[in-house]
Amino acid sequence: MSLRAHDLTLGYGGTPVVADLSLELPPGAVTAIVGANACGKSTLLRGLIRLLAPSSGAVLLDGTELARLGTREVARRLGLLPQSPSAPEGLTVEDLVARGRYPHQSWLQQFSRDDQHHIDWALEVTDTAALRRRSLDALSGGQRQRAWIAMALAQDTETLLLDEPTTFLDMAHQVEVLDLLADLNREQGRTIVMVLHDLNQACRYADHIVAMHQGRIHAQGPPSEVVDAEMVRTVFGLDVRVVPDPEEHTPMCVPAKRRRRRLDAPEQQPTVT
Amino acid sequence: MTRADPRPTSRRVPVRAGGFSRLLDLRLLAVCAGALVVGVVAIALSVSVGEFPIPLGDVAATLVGSGTFSDEFIIVGLRLPRALVGLGCGMALGVSGLIFQTLVRNPLAAPDIIGVTGGASLTGVAILILGAPPALLPLGAFAGAVASATLVYALAWRGGLSPYRLVLIGIAVAAVSVAGTQYLLVIGDLIDVQRAAVWLVGSLNGVTWAEFWPLFVGLVLLFPATAALARALDALSLSEESATALGVRVQRSRLGLVVVGAALAAFAVAAAGPIGFVAFIAPHLARRLTGLTGAAVLPATALVGGVLVMVCDLVARLVLAPVELPVGVVTAVVGAPFFLYLLHRANRPVRGG
Amino acid sequence: MSVSPPTAPEADERGTPPLAGGAARAAGLLVGVGLLVLATLLSLAVGALPVSLPQVITAFTDFAGTDAHVAVRELRLPRTLVGIAVGAALGVAGTVIQGVTRNPLADPGILGIEAGAAFAVVTSIYVLGITSVSGYAWFALLGAAVAAVVVYTLGASGRAAASPVTLALAGAAVAALLTALTSAMALLDSGTLDAFRFWVVGSLAGRDLEMLAGAAPFLVVGVVLALLSGRALNALALGEDVARALGQRVALSRALAAVGIVCCAGGAVAVAGPIGFVGLTVPHAARALVGPDYRWVLPYSMLMGPILLLVADVIGRVLVRPGELQVGIVMAAIGAPVFIALIRRGRLVQL
Repeated sequence: MSLRAHDLTLGYGGTPVVADLSLELPPGAVTAIVGANACGKSTLLRGLIRLLAPSSGAVLLDGTELARLGTREVARRLGLLPQSPSAPEGLTVEDLVARGRYPHQSWLQQFSRDDQHHIDWALEVTDTAALRRRSLDALSGGQRQRAWIAMALAQDTETLLLDEPTTFLDMAHQVEVLDLLADLNREQGRTIVMVLHDLNQACRYADHIVAMHQGRIHAQGPPSEVVDAEMVRTVFGLDVRVVPDPEEHTPMCVPAKRRRRRLDAPEQQPTVT
Repeated sequence: MTRADPRPTSRRVPVRAGGFSRLLDLRLLAVCAGALVVGVVAIALSVSVGEFPIPLGDVAATLVGSGTFSDEFIIVGLRLPRALVGLGCGMALGVSGLIFQTLVRNPLAAPDIIGVTGGASLTGVAILILGAPPALLPLGAFAGAVASATLVYALAWRGGLSPYRLVLIGIAVAAVSVAGTQYLLVIGDLIDVQRAAVWLVGSLNGVTWAEFWPLFVGLVLLFPATAALARALDALSLSEESATALGVRVQRSRLGLVVVGAALAAFAVAAAGPIGFVAFIAPHLARRLTGLTGAAVLPATALVGGVLVMVCDLVARLVLAPVELPVGVVTAVVGAPFFLYLLHRANRPVRGG
Repeated sequence: MSVSPPTAPEADERGTPPLAGGAARAAGLLVGVGLLVLATLLSLAVGALPVSLPQVITAFTDFAGTDAHVAVRELRLPRTLVGIAVGAALGVAGTVIQGVTRNPLADPGILGIEAGAAFAVVTSIYVLGITSVSGYAWFALLGAAVAAVVVYTLGASGRAAASPVTLALAGAAVAALLTALTSAMALLDSGTLDAFRFWVVGSLAGRDLEMLAGAAPFLVVGVVLALLSGRALNALALGEDVARALGQRVALSRALAAVGIVCCAGGAVAVAGPIGFVGLTVPHAARALVGPDYRWVLPYSMLMGPILLLVADVIGRVLVRPGELQVGIVMAAIGAPVFIALIRRGRLVQL
């Protein structure tokens, strides 16, 4: 299953955020899209899953333009974890995960054995089975995120796109979520595409890194090839030293030693009204 | 951090037969059954109680055709249609309210936000004040409701529909309708104004089979349409992004839901005027009773709404007898304090971490 | 869902208001005052009996007892002064309530003020047989205050203390209840209905200066409290936590703001009846001109409210001459399309 962007231009209103971008997402791999704030990475992700219609160019799923495919058809092949998912108050984990079955159901078939099977499996794999009757509002951030991933899993798609899945989670929960995604990729061959703001996490978990800068791809490839001090300086505007991660031996960026600035106390400066 | 979920668990039972499968919630079934029982009792009471009390035995006799002429006139001619129109309006308003509350993701929403009640009020009052034949009232109210809802939707549509914009424009259009209505009430003769004021509050007084049949047809058409759109409603309640990702055609489904919701409210208002608070409170009540959210609550909302209106009409007829209050007054007087009580008791989880 | 950390506002060309910078805003205020003076003169000059501008001036400087002079001083002056006072009060009240609730849809009505006033007025007609507009005024004020206190208490009870949603829900419920009871009383007695239907529309006609003088203390207190709340509202706009971190006494500010709103809106409704749309649209218009800084939005609202109201009143006098359209109706008729245009052009600022 292949997902690729071809000369894609995306924007909201007038100015394009992503310009003439072509990208082939390696099937069966974990791809991380990284870049500074407002470089267009979330926009690109939204364009890839047809949440945003292209101003020009196209996104191709297995060779066919996304725009030509029925939206249910796309929903059977691409799953999404949005950046700040919202759910109605009082929704239980079980109900949320069940909604992931929407593209496989119809008015007559609203709860087939297949649906039950996928829901149970999704809850098992994300370790949320014990929480199934709990209300989403009553869960911790990590648990909630896992529930949303379970919903995307219940959708049973070959490719999973995630927009900043680890933001606002504590470190343990971040690792928990990323480990889960890595397992899904390794054991089931699912293609994972995620926007990550933490470059070190991206290096540890991704097979393929896409570094974006001002709406274009600055560099892409395996972390060991792409991530070096010069790339980080250009893309993030930060001086770093790249060392091997002691556990996984992937590139790890350590910000350069801090140069201290003199901050004069206000009384020592001429007062300005 | 995690906290104990105070809501009791509900039992779900999958039902499968051939190419058909559904997940049934037992508590939902219980609530619906309970509402049905209360509803039947309410109809029985509505029919037998009143200025001329008729014992239930005679009611049964009349219904099989062997009652006295006067009994038949009262029961079949007046009270039965009144009870059934009350039931129908309550069901329509309840479902309409649930649709809008879910679509707009706001517990405050009601069909009023899309200007249905405002438009219906304006045309209804115009008919009563400007001297058009009163028989035109239901049709006029319906036309006003539909025209107003269409206007709001069209004005709110700008390359797509955002719930926020819809609510804002709905408020503006409703304000114009209210101003127009008030103007008519000021220039009209007091007699006409009185009749109009009664209708404006929502009243089942003098309702006959002529009001029932159009409402019935409306429900027969719109309830299946609601059922067909129910799954999309659930997906839309997550967020536009999630719904799209799940394969929902967002703009199309939203339009369908708005049309169905507005039409349901329009039929109800055409039959009995804008009965306040039912569309607002029936969904909340149903959610509390069943412990569910979303489209699953639809059957319960319909029944709760219908029963609510019937019971309130009963109270409206009896509390100040022989004077009959309009049912809209009772639904608000009963609904508001109960709602405030619910609000007070609401456990908002304190978000930790 | 977790709350995202507050981000600094990004420089955005689209977001810069037309009047940015102290000098431009101060100049704008002066222009506003000028427009208000014009509106006042218009209000004094226009009506069933056309009066020319020189005549308006001489009515005050050199009163000669002519029809024109009498019309200006006895009829239009009270009306105009009431319009200015009520417009200013409603404008700032709307701004404050939108600031306190952080809800761009809020207007003083969500505190149940209009519903409370209406209920009290109908009660006074039904139970006590009062039929003069000045008689209603005290009841209206009382009803408004009691309703607002009830709504605020209910909205501030429970765990979600005075959160915008809870307050709005409580206000809607209380308003619905009071409106139903109001309707019930109005329907039970045709005399009540007859008197009430005129009051409920909201009008500047027939209000004399005595009424205004009676309500003046409340209006003045309310407007002053509102104008002084600018800094507090700016802090609240950043969220409760940030406001407290900045040293803002949140509960106190909210309470004072509520008092200001009730005085302004209660006083306004007591004098002129419920006039909608001013409290809702004026703050948006002011924000569209000067941006979200409440220290500027408030004085602009204070000027734009009366200008809008006086112009609406004048239109109402002219449109169906020799009859009159009440200002409440005209406000909705012109306010709504303007509001809709603002919405469609995306010019409504999120709070």
